[in-house]
This record gives sequence, C-alpha cells and structure tokens, in this order.
Amino acid sequence: MTTEFLVPLRVREVEPLSPLLKSFVFEAADGGPVHPAGAGAHLRLLLQNRHQRWKNAYSIVSNPHDRSHLSIIVRKVAQSRGGSAFMHTEVRTGDVLASNPPANLFPIAKTARRHVMVSGGIGVTPFLSYIRAFQSSGAPWELHHFCREDEGALFERLLAPYGGGRIHVHAGQDLSILDASLRSQALGSHLYTCGPGPMMDAVLEKAAGAGWPKGKLHSESFGGEAMGGAPFTAVLMRSGIEVEVGPETTLLDALEAAGVDAPCLCRGGACGQCETAVIEGVPEHRDHYLNEAERASNTSIMTCVSRSKTQRILLDL
Amino acid sequence: MTLSFKPQETFRDDFSYRNSDEAILRFPFPFVEDSYMYSVNIEPHVKGGPTPAFHAAFDVDEHYVAECQERAIVLAQDPSRCKVLPHMIEAEWDTLELIMESLAADYPEHFSLTRSGTAWTWENRPLGIRDSFTFGDATTLPYGPFEYITRQAQGDFTLQDQRDDNLFVDGGMITCQADWSLEFNIGMSFHEWHGPVPLAHEKGVFDRALKYLLRLQNGQPVRRLNWTMTVNPRMDTSPENYPLWGADRTTVTPENVGRKLHLRVELQTLFRLPRSNAILFGIRCYLCNLEDIARVPKWGKRLHRVLRDLDPALEDYKGLTRYRQTAVAYLSRFDDGADLSLGIQPDVDRL
Repeated sequence: MTTEFLVPLRVREVEPLSPLLKSFVFEAADGGPVHPAGAGAHLRLLLQNRHQRWKNAYSIVSNPHDRSHLSIIVRKVAQSRGGSAFMHTEVRTGDVLASNPPANLFPIAKTARRHVMVSGGIGVTPFLSYIRAFQSSGAPWELHHFCREDEGALFERLLAPYGGGRIHVHAGQDLSILDASLRSQALGSHLYTCGPGPMMDAVLEKAAGAGWPKGKLHSESFGGEAMGGAPFTAVLMRSGIEVEVGPETTLLDALEAAGVDAPCLCRGGACGQCETAVIEGVPEHRDHYLNEAERASNTSIMTCVSRSKTQRILLDL
Repeated sequence: MTLSFKPQETFRDDFSYRNSDEAILRFPFPFVEDSYMYSVNIEPHVKGGPTPAFHAAFDVDEHYVAECQERAIVLAQDPSRCKVLPHMIEAEWDTLELIMESLAADYPEHFSLTRSGTAWTWENRPLGIRDSFTFGDATTLPYGPFEYITRQAQGDFTLQDQRDDNLFVDGGMITCQADWSLEFNIGMSFHEWHGPVPLAHEKGVFDRALKYLLRLQNGQPVRRLNWTMTVNPRMDTSPENYPLWGADRTTVTPENVGRKLHLRVELQTLFRLPRSNAILFGIRCYLCNLEDIARVPKWGKRLHRVLRDLDPALEDYKGLTRYRQTAVAYLSRFDDGADLSLGIQPDVDRL
C-alpha cells in the first residue's frame, strides 16, 4: 500500500483568509468529478520546486457529498520544512499539483449518537467537513474551538457559515473551560480532537479523567510517522550495488527503481513475502509480520514498510 | 473482446451451467505452487494479472446474466440473504457509486452512468435496466442502494464497519456462499467471523491480516484468492439450504467426478469506501469442473498434487472428505510428474 498512486488536481481558486491562512480549491485536472472523500479525510500533496520536494498532508474541508471540488486551508508555518510556505507563495490558480487520493485516518464514528469536537488553531479543518456530514445526517454535535486571542475574530468569521449555537470559539482561553461539558455529555457521545500534539494529549487526558472510555476518544493523525523517515543507504551484498533510500520513498520502491528484482506481495508489512536477510545494520521495524523475538534479533527486514536505523544497512539481495 | 452472455444457464435443478473455452482460460486458478497452506496472500488489486479475470475492478464474464437471475431466485425465496445494519447507509451509497463507476468505466458497451449533480441515470444493458434516481435519496430506488447495485453484480459482497481497531461485518448480499451464513455472522468482529477457520489463527494470519486491513486506503484496493470444492455447479451452498445440497457430497463416483466436481474459487477484493470509511469485501465466485481444469495441462497436474497432499484439517474444514480420494484418483491420470511453472497462469493460450 506504499506504492505511489497520484492524481492530478488543478487549482481552481486561491483565497487568502488572513495573513497566515489561505484556502485552496482544487478540481480534477481531467475535468471529471474529484475522488470522493469522507469527513476527516486528507490530501497528501506532492510539492516540488527545482531544489526540493515535500509531501504535505492537509485536511479536506469541503462537503463530502460534493464531488465538483476538494478544498483545503493551509497555514503558513514559520518553522516548517517549507511546504506550507511553498503553497502560500508559489501555488496559483490554474497550477496542477499531484496528490495521493484522499485518505482518511480520522473518520466519524458511525455508531456515535452525538459528536463533540475540540480543535485548536488550524486543527479545526477536518471538523468543517464533519459538520457538513452531521448537517446532512441530522446527528447532534458541538464544536469547541481554541485559538490565540488575536485570531478569535478570524475563526468566528470562518465558522459563522457552519451553524448557530453549536460552535464555541474560546479565544485566548485554556482547556479548563471544557471541564463542565466533558462531564455532562450523554452516553453514546464520541469526542474528537484535532490541533497541536500537546493540546490533543491534554484533551484526551481530561476526557479520560472525566470517565470517557478509550473507544469513544479520537484524535487526528495523518499517519505521517508510518510514511517516510531519515534517508539511508541499502548495500546489496549479492548484486554488489548501493541503493539510496530517500526520506519519502520506501526501501522496496527504491530497490525496484534501481532495477532489483525484490520479492513482495502486499506492500503493507503483513504478508511476509518481502522478508530479506540483514547482514549488517539495524532495521527500524514497521511491519506486522515479524514477532518480538524476530524483531529483536535484527536479522531480517520487511522491505515494503521498514527502514534502517543505521545510515547503511547490508542486505542479502 | 465482446462478451456473449448465456441467460439460459442454471445453477440448480438441471445445472446447465458450462464454461466456454475462453471462460476456462480466464479462470482464476488459485494454486501458485504444488502445495497449499494458508498465508496472508493479499496483493494490490491493480488491473492486469495472470488471467483476464483480474483485468477489471469487478469482473464481468459470460455468466453475468445467469448469475444475476440466480441471485434474484435466492432472494425471492429468502430475503434475509441481503441485510445491512442502519448505521451503514452511507456505505451503501459508497458501494453503489463504486460499482456503477467501475462497471461503466471497465465495460462501457454494457453499462453507462450519466450524472448531473445528484441526478443520476444508470443503464445496465445486459439486464435491460435503465433507472434515474437521486444519489443520496433511497426512496428514489426500487431497493436500498446496496441491494439495488449488488443485484446487478456477480459474486457476494459484505460491508465492514471499522471501529475500536476492529472490523465488524455489518451488512451483506450473500447468495452464492461457500457454506457460511450472513444471518448468523452479521455484527461479528473480524476474529469472530473467522472463528471456524482451522490452523490460520495459530499462525497469526488473522492478526496480521486485520492490522493490514485497518490501514487499507481508498483508491488502493487489494485482493486474494480462496478456494473450496462444490458438487454440481451450485452457487447457493448456504447453511440455510444445506438439506438441498449436503447429500450431493455422497453422489460423486469415479465415473462422474470429472464433470460433477467443481473447483470453486473466490476472487476476494477489498475496497476502502470513501465517505463511510467502511470496507467493501467482494467475494466473486468461479466454478470449473475437473474435466475442464484438466484441459489446461498445468492446472490438472497441479490440482492433483495439491489435493493429494492437502492437510487433513483443511480437507475436513472445506468438506472434501467424502470425495477427495476419488478426485485425486481421477486427476492422477493427467499428472506425469513434470515440473510446473510458479504462478497461476495457464501457460497455454488455447485449449
């Protein structure tokens, strides 16, 4: 499942919402309907200029039932790796960007009777599509949004079209304002949180403290930790070649690109077909196939998902 | 290649189902090597593969019309074969959208879909259906969206909801199953509905498969093959109808085994659905009798070896006990012991 599959998206509209926030509307480059995307789904855009490539994930904010376009909101991050700055300064109407199809690691719980959302800053984005979904299903919901004091007006304005009375913008306030609400939700409610990592952790901790079961707590993840990592070099003992594995490719993809006939099947770390003996170096195991003892022995690696902790890894290939 | 449907075929009573030469050559023969054991044999469901059965998202072949008619007969007798729990309504629409889009793209001569916003018109020429409806409004279709579209597709389908890091079979259209019951299994978790499978639990197959499927992504479907054997070309080998077919197992003789006993292959596909985040599981069933299998020399030899050396626990679970030796004896005449190529491709292009 790590195999690259990209769809071309054309920028239909770029709209600045504030000095730091910009909204982008995409349509399918072939003129057809865009890929369907559920509430909570994200796009992983492949961005590149002459010097650098980025793969940045952004929550889709458009209505899941409308396939005429996909929208995202990008916050320009000062200490970012540069992808969000690229979006803000380089991407213009009419440009075509490559993206993975919408993927969803933050879906709505279908068996929930009531939905409570807690967001921080730009973390409100997945909840914009959530609210559209709740509006069409009629499910009850409420949103608590936290932001810096000086951004209160901005988020009030952004959220205004989404519904009266159920949205609470807490500008410049801390999470303790949630305490009463977390203690009084009806049985069958689910809680979702999206925002900076420490904030999500604090929300989940508060909810657990108020007696919420773990299965009813959800937090946003783009699954980024499973995707790439530090670059390394795979040295292939039998074929005598060295393969550079970049931060955004998998070992298996790099082997295949180098023309190596490497075994594989599921490409998701489950089937065991791509197991390859490690002669030197320490794998960073990310598969579901090897057991604890096998992992600890570091004598084999699943090339489709795992990487190397050492700068070089010597493989029996 | 234009498809020539065989609407008169039957999967019951006189069992007039037959495979053409072309259908035999495109059969998804399930054995990669000369022996068989469970594994997580999942691979990306990309177009292309060892036979044309893998060339479309949802394979349509010469049996399409007859299989849809057979499904209608089963549903008329037992409407409970199609059930979807209420929280899966969005997954129903996801399924309808996926199957309609796929069929229209893969078989434009047979299916077309025209859309203007939520006003959709679906045309299924082999079945003579043309319906206009509002996407998202179930009252504009003659059945629920899932039942509507799976009545027009070959093979069984289930819908899995994902929650609590598990999958739950919360819906299905099950009329051509290999002896399992939707009515019994509905609502079960992944390990619960796989409970009866021998050996694989101990090997950790289901733990790994579940972790893999929880990460399945939209637009990147996967597939695997499964198999069993069926006496007579009977699609509906359900527990509900066991009295109708169970005794067939006693009717296999050395004289009739070649035509009566069928290798039953399931091309299983798994699609992450976009809005519901549910998983659609397709179980596309293919039947081919031993006589036809043996017309592909590689397959006749390999099937002989697999059945001869099969683990007794699998023989029992798959219900082969009464006739396995008869089948092995029949197939042995085709097996000269030659080395066979790895993989399932037939290695011949005509019979």
